[in-house]
Amino acid sequence: MAHDHSLNPETMPHHPEKATLEGKNKFLGLWFFLGGETVLFASLFGTYLALKNSTAGGPTSEELFGLELVFLMTMLLLTSSLTSVYAMYHMKNNDFKKMQLWLGITGLLGVAFLACEIYEFYHYIHEYGFTFRSSAFGSAFYTLVGFHGGHVLFGLSWLAAIMIRNAKRGLNLYNAPKFNTFSLYWHFIDVVWVFIFTVVYLMGKVA
Amino acid sequence: MKGWMGKLKVFSLLSLVALFLSACGRENLTALDPKGYGAEKALDLIILPTVIMTVVLLIVMVIFTIVLIKFRKKKGREDYIPKQVEGNHTLETVWTVIPILLLIVIAVPTVIYTFDLADETDASDSLNVNVTGNQYWWHFDYEGLEIQTSQDVYIPVGKKVYFNMLSSDVIHSLWVPTLSGKLDVNPENENTLFIEAYEEGVYWGKCAELCGPSHSLMDFKVVVVSQEEFDQWVADMQNFDPEVAPESKMAVDGRALFEENNCIGCHAIGSSPAAIGPNLTNFADRSRLAGTEEMTKENIIKWIVNPEEMKPGNKMTGKYPEVSDEDAALIAEYLLQLSPSEITTEDAGE
Amino acid sequence: MSTATAQKTSFAAVIWDYLTTVDHKKIGKLYLYGGGFFFLLGGLEAMIIRIQLIKPENNFISAGLYNEMITMHGTTMIFFAAMPLLIGLMNAVMPLQIGARDVAFPFLNALGFWLFLFGGIMLNVSWLTGAPDAGWTSYTPLSTLSPGHGVDYYVLGLQISGAGTLMGGINFLVTIVNMRAPGMTYMRMPLFTWTTFVVSVLILFAFPALTVGLFLLMFDRMFDSAFFDVALGGNSIIWQHLFWIFGHPEVYILILPAFGIFSEIFATFSRKRLFGYTAMVFATILIAFLGFMVWAHHMFTVGMGPVANSIFAIATMAIAVPTGIKIFNWLLTLWGGNITINSAMLWSLGFIPSFTIGGMTGVMVATSVADYQYHDSYFVVAHFHYVIVGGVVFGILAALHYWWPIMFRRILNEKLGKLAFWTFFIGFHLTFFIQHFLGLMGMPRRYWVFLEDQGLELGNLISTIGAFFMAFGVIVFLYNAIYVWFKGEPAPQDPWDGRTLEWAVASPVPHYNFKQLPLVRGLDALWIEKMEGNGKLTPAEPVGDIHMPNGSILPFLMSVGFFIAGFGFIYQTQTNFAYIFLFGGMALALLCMLIRSLKDDHGYHIHKEELEKEAE
Repeated sequence: MAHDHSLNPETMPHHPEKATLEGKNKFLGLWFFLGGETVLFASLFGTYLALKNSTAGGPTSEELFGLELVFLMTMLLLTSSLTSVYAMYHMKNNDFKKMQLWLGITGLLGVAFLACEIYEFYHYIHEYGFTFRSSAFGSAFYTLVGFHGGHVLFGLSWLAAIMIRNAKRGLNLYNAPKFNTFSLYWHFIDVVWVFIFTVVYLMGKVA
Repeated sequence: MKGWMGKLKVFSLLSLVALFLSACGRENLTALDPKGYGAEKALDLIILPTVIMTVVLLIVMVIFTIVLIKFRKKKGREDYIPKQVEGNHTLETVWTVIPILLLIVIAVPTVIYTFDLADETDASDSLNVNVTGNQYWWHFDYEGLEIQTSQDVYIPVGKKVYFNMLSSDVIHSLWVPTLSGKLDVNPENENTLFIEAYEEGVYWGKCAELCGPSHSLMDFKVVVVSQEEFDQWVADMQNFDPEVAPESKMAVDGRALFEENNCIGCHAIGSSPAAIGPNLTNFADRSRLAGTEEMTKENIIKWIVNPEEMKPGNKMTGKYPEVSDEDAALIAEYLLQLSPSEITTEDAGE
Repeated sequence: MSTATAQKTSFAAVIWDYLTTVDHKKIGKLYLYGGGFFFLLGGLEAMIIRIQLIKPENNFISAGLYNEMITMHGTTMIFFAAMPLLIGLMNAVMPLQIGARDVAFPFLNALGFWLFLFGGIMLNVSWLTGAPDAGWTSYTPLSTLSPGHGVDYYVLGLQISGAGTLMGGINFLVTIVNMRAPGMTYMRMPLFTWTTFVVSVLILFAFPALTVGLFLLMFDRMFDSAFFDVALGGNSIIWQHLFWIFGHPEVYILILPAFGIFSEIFATFSRKRLFGYTAMVFATILIAFLGFMVWAHHMFTVGMGPVANSIFAIATMAIAVPTGIKIFNWLLTLWGGNITINSAMLWSLGFIPSFTIGGMTGVMVATSVADYQYHDSYFVVAHFHYVIVGGVVFGILAALHYWWPIMFRRILNEKLGKLAFWTFFIGFHLTFFIQHFLGLMGMPRRYWVFLEDQGLELGNLISTIGAFFMAFGVIVFLYNAIYVWFKGEPAPQDPWDGRTLEWAVASPVPHYNFKQLPLVRGLDALWIEKMEGNGKLTPAEPVGDIHMPNGSILPFLMSVGFFIAGFGFIYQTQTNFAYIFLFGGMALALLCMLIRSLKDDHGYHIHKEELEKEAE
């Protein structure tokens, strides 16, 4: 019994991700972790807001930002959040293949987002000479958006690890919580991006 | 053990009284004997909460002592199991409400005074001094008067003087305990503090924000003189002509060395907006050398030959070629006759 | 892994056991050893500071070294002594108090410890090349301009250990929410568990602000960013906000567990239920809540303007209310009790007057206008030592005496305990009481020397003499610990007539804690059974297989990885060679994470039969 966590339609509990104490702990632990992450990003947002006009003669947010690309990025990430919801839906129905498929799509969307972000940074640096070191605004911008990008990158590596690892094992009570915590984390990344989109890009363009 | 406790209390009480009687500290440094507006207001708000909180402390101590005397385990009652009391709503309400009331008594004057001390409405009609904090010295630029001094700042008694403060490097904090509470001197965002002194005198100022190795040596003086003396001082400072040759031969040689060694590159003599190093116009009138040392020729020589020894981490060390004791003596001679005004710290009672 | 079979193990085996352990009791001990070591280090630094200030214009140590000394003393005491000692106690006791077999994330628990330890080592390695010298608060731009690598070590050391603390916080939260024994409702939890819970919330929401602050400082120092560089539009006050948004809750992270400890000890040794338990719980929560909105009272003199200063002054004063509630509840717990005074109780009783004075000066420094005088003077030094030594250190020492039998199976010697208490207590008041006056007499803090003839000589001399008394007290305590280890008798299971679950566990505590999870019938669960039952806890389950986690060396290796990477970060500004360390260390850490993530680790089971055999 100890090592047999695999599921079949008869034994599958309604919430496989929370069926064991370990699963429950992981679920709650991740929620708390996201609470801490919220403070982390709030501090970064605060720093950014304090420094966003400190351009030291360099390019300003109005000059830099183009909303088209950022809008595309927002769509990519929002969609990836939706696809991860599908994946979790299939997990609860114990349909491992479909879950993997939707997780794969989620990952691809994340990669596309990250590619856009790298292009964006490259563009700012080469077209405008706007770098991490050019002004306090530059430092704050790259730190805030970069921290988010780093979170996306970490999420993608995490996703790749659990997808590859469990590709042959199927779904069981031991790994279901892992997929679930990933999906929670991914939603959080998405929410943070919505704030970045609003506070950094929209407000940066309008103000 | 109870005897111990008792003795301890008597001892601490006695030492407390002795402390109060012996001194509140040096009279031109202590915050407990205020001679200025800000320090006076602060003392009011030091005393009020102290009194209130001491009463609270006494109540706690009385209950504490009763408990220790009355409810200790007694012989023959080792196994006694006291009543397991859950709580008491009346009591709990009492010790919630009364502290709130006490705090309101403290909070109301706190808010009033906070706004009072931040009131800068008459700044434009008053004397304004632009202060720059540097590692580890203070620069004072009298707005509109074309007077710059370092380390000693002269102000008229009974007048509000506004200090507009900015740092050239790290954060400092300007504190003249006897005249006023402190305010930080930041590298950005100018801060304004007013000082209104009630009595003439020389008051010690301190840097109160860690700013490097010589943080503890960054003293300055506020020299409070009468309005007439202040006007005289201003006139003298403005009339000072740095080009006039010193009287003694040694001082003339000293001046030549001062220029030769490029001291003049950092140290202005006479009015100048430049402030890389302290302005030396009234160097000889300063109450202290480098903020803390006695103003003697020997000390000046020591300072010039090896400033690092007096003020670790100062910015003067290594900025000029090595100076011999003899040359330093000549420079000291020159510096010691830089006394443009009759009004000095002695007039203020030092 | 089966510790039951290993009666006599070799030294190497013991070391390996501790390197790989995920058992909360052993991790608790590791925290105590580590924290105790850093406490001694910080104490040594304190003594050097006091010797330098024994007379005016003293030249015992140089100005630069003095600044390193104060920085290291503060940083070490807060981050690497007080906090780990408290977390150690939480680890050792909290799971027992709620009737759990372990914490929710044993692996993370071990990782948290190793990160703390390597963070502390990282910080102290800086002594070799020049320690940080910008104060434990590391205000920018002093810290960004500080030459050498001292501040870099500060940043990396705190970053590494901070990550560990954050994990610890999350771990405790999940443990308390999910793993309480049947019947252990929230309002039946012992106060120490409650404060652990609240403190974990504080850690969770406060530490990320420090993390961000440290990142910004690190970027400015090592990667030329411009957050605090005024010339490029930076703003040095941002650091102060971030630091104190973390720093003020940190004060409560330290003091609240001590409050919990005193609540346990007062109840036990007056043989009375804690007076006003509900009020105590809510006062704790209220203090924590208010603790987040008062950070700027550390910044009254920054020039935030009268509106901000007034708001933060009033908010700060408000904290005095719940704290006062606690003091009176403790007094009323003692009132009418049958009070035993032993060492644990002495430390607790000594806390009441000491902490009340600290709270009293707390209200005084909250008074913004008066704080223009107190701020950055010795008055503030006196104030926070009254709360941190008189509250936290007294609390830790009380807790050590109280829980020593559970943790080390010994009872500390009473005579030595009393000697340590009285010398420390007297020394403490001698050292710090006078400093209130030194501050008001015009002595700013962090002064390498004070001048002659400024009326500060006597006070400083008294203060230094007091410090020697404190040092003596600490040495006596250490001697006591070593003495009972070799000469003491094994302690009984419940030496103090305890009230809570940790005293119902067999002695020595089995590594699975409870053979059967207990059924909790109310507050002070064990006391209830003593009064109304047969003195034994009712099991909530039949004897069955117990699931336990496997030990692992990965937490240790992961921390080593971050430790190595830390040096890479510090020295990449100087030489490209350092990138080997940077990437090598990170690779090791990430590799460990990957192994952890990919290798299924289901733990193991202690079978019912084994348990029954052990019982015989």
